[in-house]
Amino acid sequence: MAPDATGDPSVPSDPAELPQSIAESGPEAAVPAVSLRHASVAFSGRTVWSEGNFDIPAGGLVCIIGPNGSGKTTLVRLLLGMIPPATGTVEVLGAPARRGNPRIGYVPQRFGDAVGEAITGRDLVRLGHTGSRWGLRKDSGVEEEVDAALAAVEAQGFAAKRLATLSGGQQQRIAVAQALVGSPDLLVLDEPLANLDLRNQRDVVDLLVTLRGERQVTMLVVVHDLNPFLAYVSGIVYLLDGHPHYGEVSDVVDAELLTHLYGTSIQVIRTATGDLYTRART
Amino acid sequence: MTALLADIGYQDNWIEVLGAPFMRNAFLGGILVALAGGMIGYFVVVRGGEFAAHALGHIGFPGATGAVLLGLSPTLGLGVFCVAGALVIGALGHRAREQAVATGTVLAFATGLGILFASLATRNTSTVTNVLFGNLLAVSSDQIVVFVIVAGVIAAVLVVVGRPLTLASVSPEVAAAKGLPVRALGICFLVLMALATTVAVQVVGTLLLFALLVTPPAAALRFSARPVVVCTLGTAFGLVSVVLGLVVSVMFNLPPSFFVVTVSTVIWMVAMVATRERHRSAESPAE
Ligand SMILES: Nc1ncnc2c1ncn2[C@@H]1O[C@H](COP(=O)(O)OP(=O)(O)OP(=O)(O)O)[C@@H](O)[C@H]1O
Ligand SMILES: [Mg+2]
Repeated sequence: MAPDATGDPSVPSDPAELPQSIAESGPEAAVPAVSLRHASVAFSGRTVWSEGNFDIPAGGLVCIIGPNGSGKTTLVRLLLGMIPPATGTVEVLGAPARRGNPRIGYVPQRFGDAVGEAITGRDLVRLGHTGSRWGLRKDSGVEEEVDAALAAVEAQGFAAKRLATLSGGQQQRIAVAQALVGSPDLLVLDEPLANLDLRNQRDVVDLLVTLRGERQVTMLVVVHDLNPFLAYVSGIVYLLDGHPHYGEVSDVVDAELLTHLYGTSIQVIRTATGDLYTRART
Repeated sequence: MTALLADIGYQDNWIEVLGAPFMRNAFLGGILVALAGGMIGYFVVVRGGEFAAHALGHIGFPGATGAVLLGLSPTLGLGVFCVAGALVIGALGHRAREQAVATGTVLAFATGLGILFASLATRNTSTVTNVLFGNLLAVSSDQIVVFVIVAGVIAAVLVVVGRPLTLASVSPEVAAAKGLPVRALGICFLVLMALATTVAVQVVGTLLLFALLVTPPAAALRFSARPVVVCTLGTAFGLVSVVLGLVVSVMFNLPPSFFVVTVSTVIWMVAMVATRERHRSAESPAE
């Protein structure tokens, strides 16, 4: 938080305006992974969403949900500094969002389709490390990092193949490995389960949950279906009526809210064994 | 046998001709062009720059004929028009599809201009033919100097931008998130391609340019997806095309362009057939 940012009227300079938890915590307290204040985004004057006011605590696995076109990818690109906020402030890992932050790893939407057949998985993962280096300088330890990232996603067996020749699940593993090199503190994945069958969805979710357990990393995952992640999420960002909100799972996984959110009737079911899931009412 | 060979224009003295001084320039020029094209080959095929490569050759056409009209060097005219065309293509469209429309529009306009200039410069029809179809045997020592500079510039720029350009080519979204100037890298690539086009036009002409800038790396990509391997192999295919094409053209006293393009096409066809099985099995990946 920057209490000295008095020039910008959108930044609350009065601590009383800040949420209780932040106003009370000293500089020693954990910095939130993401912090939005009065944030909005617009493309050529048309607002996609506005009044983003929330903190995402560091260390969790957080899903981002919302209907098509509600601005989930836009939120991701805002956090990555690829687009500026139209109003308000966006802080990521304690600093204003900026492009090229090495502490963030990113898996874009439809990653495999975009990449095509002209590169191997391993070369792509290496580019996650060396792709932003100009000149010929050879960094030591790159191959070890690439090996470690491939091992973390169990992709050594097929990393030498062209990306386009891999299955959707394998492509997602390479995509995650590409984002893992450099050991980011924040991993952002845009619809990593799209186009995967149920078994591959399960595998990718297991992989992400395992990685989260092994590393000090915050994960933000854009999803269309919460169910595969419901047992593991620590919080949910939901885009409702043109505003992003952050909430606890127990608050967001609510039939009325989800029905409103998706514009179609949704049931929340808790099974006898305690599993929670949602389902469209037919 | 000898009579038959003589009928199709076989030259007994071809080994002597190969040793003639003008052949030195022809070989040097061809080799330099294969190098210049090979170095950017991976990016041409990965970025879907095939259409732009084709178009840049056509855009250079009015540059060359216009320069002749003004009494300037056709190479200069070619270079200026190709680079300007690359900048226009790069500035107009950033998505591949937009780029195709932008490129096509610029191309049509340039070809029209070229026709106008060519008709005004009636006395210099040989320049028109040389630009359209290329003429390795007419490469001068001055041109060789230009070729060396162009190949050197391409190599130097690639040393600096190689890895960022690779990432920006395979995943622009990740590259942008990493803070790379994706747009500027795209324009930088187009300018390099314009430079390669400028020299390649003088070897195979605007109409056959594709065979030296696109076909060799496309064939190489069938064998490998590793950027350095594709560039190396593509360069080798280009070298074989120009060298073999030149030798055969001297043997039969026919235009080198035809044989250069023929060798390049044969290499590509062999590559397609040789890797057919591999690519077919790759299309249905096993989980
Ligand atoms: N570069 C852009 N220029 C103009 N408008 C844009 C741009 N990117 C996104 N938009 C618009 O912003 C809105 C939100 O798009 P966004 O891609 O963020 O949605 P999304 O929630 O990710 O959708 P999906 O679930 O389909 O991926 C859409 O109306 C889209 O048309
Ligand atoms: Mg999206």
